[in-house]
Amino acid sequence: MKQPDSVKDMGRRPGEPLAQINQFEQIPLPPPFDKLEDEPEFAQLSDSAREKYVVLDDTIAVNIEKPTTKEEEEKLVNGFLSGLEKLFSVEDNWTFLQPFEMSMEHCAKCHTCSDACPIYEESGENELYRPVYRSEILRRIYFKYIKKASPSLHGDIDLNWETVARLIELSYRCNLCRRCAQTCPIGADNGLLSREIRKIASMEMGIVPKELHDDGSVLQLKVGSSTGMTPMIVKDNIEFIDEDTAERTGYPIETPFDVQGADILLIHNAGEIMAWPENPGAFATLFEAAGLSWTLSSDVIGYDGINYGVWYDDVQFARVAVRHAQVAKKLGVKKIVLGECGHAHKALTVIADKVLTGDLNIPRESAIVTMRDILRSGAIKIDKSRNDFPVTLHDPCNMVRLMGIVSPQREIIHEVVPEGRFREMAPHGVENYCCGGGSGFAIMSGHNFQDWRHRMTGRRKFRQILDAFQDESMDPSHMKYLCAPCSNCKGQIRDIITYYDAFEKAGIYYGGLVELIVNAMEDVQPGFIDWEWH
Amino acid sequence: MMTTLAYVVAYLGLVFFLIACVARFMMWSKMPMHVRWELYPVAHEGGGKAAYGGSYLEETDWWTKKREVSLVGELKVMVPEILFLVALREHNKKLWTRSFPFHFGLYLVGGVTALMLVGGLIVGYLPESIAAPVGKIISSVVPFLGGAGLVLGIIGAVGLFLRRRGRALRDYTAPADLFNLIFFIAAFGVALVTFIGFDRDFSMVETFIVNLVTFNLAPIGDGTGGMLLTLSAVLLALLVAYIPTTHMSHFIGKYFAYHSIRWSDEPNLAGGSQEKTIHELLSRPVTWSAPHIKADGKKSWLDVTLEDDDNETT
Repeated sequence: MKQPDSVKDMGRRPGEPLAQINQFEQIPLPPPFDKLEDEPEFAQLSDSAREKYVVLDDTIAVNIEKPTTKEEEEKLVNGFLSGLEKLFSVEDNWTFLQPFEMSMEHCAKCHTCSDACPIYEESGENELYRPVYRSEILRRIYFKYIKKASPSLHGDIDLNWETVARLIELSYRCNLCRRCAQTCPIGADNGLLSREIRKIASMEMGIVPKELHDDGSVLQLKVGSSTGMTPMIVKDNIEFIDEDTAERTGYPIETPFDVQGADILLIHNAGEIMAWPENPGAFATLFEAAGLSWTLSSDVIGYDGINYGVWYDDVQFARVAVRHAQVAKKLGVKKIVLGECGHAHKALTVIADKVLTGDLNIPRESAIVTMRDILRSGAIKIDKSRNDFPVTLHDPCNMVRLMGIVSPQREIIHEVVPEGRFREMAPHGVENYCCGGGSGFAIMSGHNFQDWRHRMTGRRKFRQILDAFQDESMDPSHMKYLCAPCSNCKGQIRDIITYYDAFEKAGIYYGGLVELIVNAMEDVQPGFIDWEWH
Repeated sequence: MMTTLAYVVAYLGLVFFLIACVARFMMWSKMPMHVRWELYPVAHEGGGKAAYGGSYLEETDWWTKKREVSLVGELKVMVPEILFLVALREHNKKLWTRSFPFHFGLYLVGGVTALMLVGGLIVGYLPESIAAPVGKIISSVVPFLGGAGLVLGIIGAVGLFLRRRGRALRDYTAPADLFNLIFFIAAFGVALVTFIGFDRDFSMVETFIVNLVTFNLAPIGDGTGGMLLTLSAVLLALLVAYIPTTHMSHFIGKYFAYHSIRWSDEPNLAGGSQEKTIHELLSRPVTWSAPHIKADGKKSWLDVTLEDDDNETT
């Protein structure tokens, strides 16, 4: 395993990767995936990519082209310093000034957070992925080059274009799950510092992974969804989903669109409509059966709850959040209910809480809570025996650790899954591990990044999933259900199950929470969950 | 002359410490409202939710319900955390075995000093009938607690110093970090030598502190004992003044890290008091330079947020 010897290496060893993982030295997974030699081969970066872009480790997320002139080198360094200064300004960074300064000033560099980081652990404790490694570089640059303090006070670092470019790349080796912050004895948040580095890159230098910006928030603001779906396409797709769902359930549904004055505006992650149509279909079935007054919106952005700005750019974040609220205001709904998407939950409920005011300050609620209350009300008759298979639950970081929504999903599972069939992952709840797709990784797949995230960021979650089912037969005919009530998490989990062929080899299937409810509804035909790999 | 110097440095050190602490506190408290960035569990969540990390967001129509906020819940986390560094013990036991004695030693030394200051005030300003018994009680506990505090502080500081010099932390350690620990070891070490060699009952220290609070700058002790007392008073006063100027002021920052960030879950309810502040912040100019921000230094956050949808790619 190759790793940096020192924080100072960031600006040294030009052109060389600072870290490389040997897949045969990684910690083996639980059975039946416990033989390292049987694991898929880790795809290598192409020589042309190494030639063209800045190299940090085994992969590339951001595609920062190597500068070819002195001017381009200086532009990178000066842009970074200028952005870093702005992070300390009330005007430019009131949004995060206090948490940012707190973490810049008070990290004791004690390494307590390292053991909490699944990436650091699964890398075999590679120094490059230590949560404090990247934040220490940021601190040293700040104190030495902006505050002009002596390196004997805060440590030394060389500042050149490679330091900057590698640091930006390194900010995309963190899931922003904030598990590290949770363990910090002082309250420093090295996860936040990753996000603030991403902000410098995006908001000052215009450097950001294409999947998050051009194909993400920009596309969403332009056509309505990062999936590229226009309002017309969404309506067509939902119509098709309604028909297909009704065929499966025998329960006719017609998803309401643009109902003025409805109680609830339900906003899905539009990825569900594209990749997991059974999820919006199940929501429509449940909400209709419960007799709720609800609607979807066909306004631009109103049908896609994603907000990628939450991972890299405060202005892009605010633009999307405001438009979500404008759509709700136009419809005159009483509340926005967020579908099964973790980052959409946190973005619109918690972060946008300090952005939306006046008539845009429309209450937001989690669909998990709404569904829990439907079950509590007794409006739906449940036959638990239809869910008579082993179930485990993935806790999306954004809903759980960052919002405190822990109990409703468990109450739902208790209501729809027979006793003894549900098992918790270890650890779970607010101490859960990220799926590995957090902070945008689930939608990033340039070069060999997908392989890297399976090997590094998603490995701990896969380990947890396998551990959770260890008391069950791993025979593929014995189906096991991994419930992941978050679209991005599902994307990552789908990818990792595919990577390890865990559906074919171990019978591990995944899906959302609402699907489990509908699968147990007495009023629909049995077999809503079809156990087919899509 | 030497003792007078010790009095002067002690006064200056204490005054500087107080001013610097207040300044730090003000700095953190005057920072603008930021977006919510809480981290669960939030200790003040009521209704039993804090125990498993739940929040009021688990409730339907939560904005219509009264939030259950438990001060007792906060204290149940804060007090053990301050006294015993519970988070560190849970997540980094190895470091806790060094950090806990260090911090607890500091608490004891600080507590004993405060006790002697109170004793000094009582002896100096209250009648003999009250001062004598109180002074006796204080005198009987001070040597034990003070000695224990110094020993624990030194053990902890040496342990932390060795750990910072170890392979894992060496690269993340600046010379100033080592200096800070050496400063503690030196100041506590001289105080311990004074205690063991010349002031077993802490009587010289107590007299020094009584004199401090009664503004009686009389010389104390003589020979080596007096010199060591003077030296330890000067070192401790300088240390006290130095702490809030460094990241060791985290005892102030930590309060805000928890109350203003990790546990700051107060919602911005429609028509509530936070909206005005948010409006004011959204009116601030933005100077971020990336083209897609479309800032010109004059446009506000509100302006750039409401820009038309023709968003630029990078």
